[in-house]
Amino acid sequence: MAYTEEELKKELETKEYEYGFYTDIESDTFPKGLNEEIVIAISKKKNEPEWMTLWRLEAFKYWKEMEEPEWANVTYKKPDFQNISYYSAPNSKPKYDSLDEVDPELLETFKKLGISVDEQKKLAGVAVDIVMDSVSVTTTFKKTLAEKGIIFCSISEAIQEHPELVKKYIGSVVPKRDNFYAALNSAVFSDGSFCYIPKGVRCPMELSTYFRINQAGTGQFERTLVIAEEGSYVSYLEGCTAPSRDENQLHAAVVELIALDDAEIKYSTVQNWFPGGKDGKGGVFNFVTKRGICEKNAKISWTQVETGSAVTWKYPSCILKGDNSIGEFYSIAVTNNFQQADTGTKMIHLGKNTRSTIISKGISAGKSQNSYRGLVQINSRAENARNFSQCDSLLMGNECGAHTFPYIEAKNKTAQIEHEATTSKIGEDQIFYCNQRGIDTEKAIALIVNGFSKEVLNKLPMEFAVEAQKLLEISLEGSVG
Amino acid sequence: MKKEMDLKDKLISSFMAFENNVDIEHPVHDVRTEAMKNFEMKGFPSKKEEAWKYTSLKGLEKIDFSIFPKEENALEYRDVKRYFLHEIDTYKIVFIDGIYSSYLSETTHDGVDICLMSSALTKPMYKPVIDVYFNKVASSDESLTSLNTAFSREGAYIYIPKNKIPKKPIEIIHFATGNEASLLLQPRNLIIAEENAELQVIERHQSLTSNDVLSNSVTEIFAAENAIVDYYKIQNDNSKASLIDNTYIDQKSRSVVKIHTFSFGGKLIRNNLNFYQNGERIDSTMKGVTILGEKQHVDHHTLVHHKQPNCESHQDYKGIYGENSTGVFNGKIIVDKIAQKTDAFQQNNNILISDKATINSKPQLEIFADDVKCSHGCTIGQLDEEALFYLQSRGIPKREARALLMYAFANNVLESVRIPELKTRINKLIAKKLGVNLGFNL
Repeated sequence: MAYTEEELKKELETKEYEYGFYTDIESDTFPKGLNEEIVIAISKKKNEPEWMTLWRLEAFKYWKEMEEPEWANVTYKKPDFQNISYYSAPNSKPKYDSLDEVDPELLETFKKLGISVDEQKKLAGVAVDIVMDSVSVTTTFKKTLAEKGIIFCSISEAIQEHPELVKKYIGSVVPKRDNFYAALNSAVFSDGSFCYIPKGVRCPMELSTYFRINQAGTGQFERTLVIAEEGSYVSYLEGCTAPSRDENQLHAAVVELIALDDAEIKYSTVQNWFPGGKDGKGGVFNFVTKRGICEKNAKISWTQVETGSAVTWKYPSCILKGDNSIGEFYSIAVTNNFQQADTGTKMIHLGKNTRSTIISKGISAGKSQNSYRGLVQINSRAENARNFSQCDSLLMGNECGAHTFPYIEAKNKTAQIEHEATTSKIGEDQIFYCNQRGIDTEKAIALIVNGFSKEVLNKLPMEFAVEAQKLLEISLEGSVG
Repeated sequence: MKKEMDLKDKLISSFMAFENNVDIEHPVHDVRTEAMKNFEMKGFPSKKEEAWKYTSLKGLEKIDFSIFPKEENALEYRDVKRYFLHEIDTYKIVFIDGIYSSYLSETTHDGVDICLMSSALTKPMYKPVIDVYFNKVASSDESLTSLNTAFSREGAYIYIPKNKIPKKPIEIIHFATGNEASLLLQPRNLIIAEENAELQVIERHQSLTSNDVLSNSVTEIFAAENAIVDYYKIQNDNSKASLIDNTYIDQKSRSVVKIHTFSFGGKLIRNNLNFYQNGERIDSTMKGVTILGEKQHVDHHTLVHHKQPNCESHQDYKGIYGENSTGVFNGKIIVDKIAQKTDAFQQNNNILISDKATINSKPQLEIFADDVKCSHGCTIGQLDEEALFYLQSRGIPKREARALLMYAFANNVLESVRIPELKTRINKLIAKKLGVNLGFNL
């Protein structure tokens, strides 16, 4: 690893949110507030066909009737939905074929983020579809992918060019009226990614998107749709960073995965949005609905590393509809200072011989609250369903809290379910052992936390695993006294 | 919907009638009035409430329950002998249709008080105790507990002074005779074990009729320093009898309270066990065996609130669910910030033996202290086919082999029953429930 101790030290010294800068791109922002006109305007702005506009309006109608959920183990000041601007797009609209044409200021942003589109393109073989404040500005590697018949583009582009696919699948996994935030997203989603892997194709590279919240006071409403046709495979990465901001920012994304017969989707997330200051001020509200459906023999695997956001409310789920399908959920959630996370998964077993695995690691430090909330449901027709769940919590300091709320519902006698949860702290003997071998306490903790999270980190693609490891260290710095 | 209003309204209007029969000048009556207000405001819990997500009272609310039993209905001892632990001598507090039966009971005031709530609530000599303990640990927020508090008049009253141990176990038995078409019983028990005191209690609710019976029972247990309380609940009622049991336990330093719940039958059983640890080095144990069939429904709700350092709690619930039965386990452990060195363990194992049986399990941990050992485990599975084959290959018929395995599954819980005769009795009940003729005296 090229990451040296000095670097870590430097990073720890400047452990304030390091990506807290603000790019000034002239953006075309809608007035604050939400009503039918705004929904229509968003749709118009994106040149959407009529069915899409109607779809949005219907979602908006549902949303108006819904109430914000309160069951989660988090407390926050509810966002004022009329005080948010629902659309903002970078001004330099035309698409580029090469990076040279891209707004240099934008490129500078990426550089600061340490992404370097150029480098990633060459070295990692990653096609990056960068979403900068809601509109895709650059899509690379599209041509390589196109040769294989893979469609990887922004969702607005997909609505224009592949309406039949979008129409068929959008809202099929997360219906418009699924929940408050999903309905809101369905009404006002600005952009997002669309990915389609044709029958029998194995996507040759990791697909990734970097989300970034940029414009002050702009909510980010991403919509992601991944469709894996029969026998195909795709690994999708999603990573996020956001600038420091004093007022709370809302993020309500919807991700839908469709894995048809024998297909496999691997979806990895590293989330590092602004968690709020040490005094608990500011930070991103992350209310996300992520769900995938598995047809026969299909597999969906969610991996997430959640270190950012002031409030997280996120349950990536799998509907195991087809026989022999597999669902996996690997998660690390780290909370520090005043962060609150209520995250987990739902595994709905409908088909025969379906299997699911849940590994959840929660690390709480400072004054944070970290909850695991999960549902394992075996329906009466799901013969021979199998589930294994493990939820481990690590507490650092005595002002934080770790909570587990697992729901287990079995309606079939052939079901086999195991659930385990433990809560512990870092042993003084473990630290002593490290100290004795010349490893200072700070490093020792990073080491132990890494070991604690290993099972999940191992599931991440290489590039992400390194980044995630770094994130864990930074997020927990200063939490041990 | 309309019917539900009726039962609630009926209860509210009955409260006025109830007031004519009790001393409304007694301070306890203020507690009742407060509780009634809370029930009036909250009503019966609905499935929308998280704590009642898996258990619906809708069906029960439709029944037109009699709230005040008409008259005492005599029972002959020989007819009900089998419901007592007659193999050994015990103190007995027996109620028939909610009314105390002096004929079947055996109470005492010899060094310890094993008697009636009605006398404790009315006689001046008990007032100092009632003032200190009555409704002090029971929730004043939970609507069904409030309903019980509002109508609290009768039940068991047990007071064991410092350093005393009663000579024999205490049985509390409630019979329902079917004198009324449908009967609502609301027994209220108060059990106090002072420093170094020790006692054993067996509680049973038994319906002798095919009429509907609903018991909404509240028990408060106070265990002072070093006290030991052993409590056994036997729930093997018929398919028309429902029970909502609310037990609240307040523990002081170094006390040990163990509650065993054996649920083998009933229409709907809801057990709310709430432990509050107000001291150090406390041991709280909850164990349960549930074997259900038909359309029976059992909901075990446990709460352990660790409020002080160095305490332990152990939970072990085993469930075997057949036919159309439903089992619910909801275990909650809360560890406060100052409750360092807590050792909390929770386990829930279930076997589904029918396609139509359902189990919902929700083990929860809420932890605010960092130096703790807390874990929970939950499994849902089947009998081990290989073990079954092994037994069969040794000439044990399949049915017996299955029963043996299930018995072994539940044995962890049975092991800690400290009254040998009770253990034998429960073994027999399990054998009967599993449909085999085995003694299990292995």
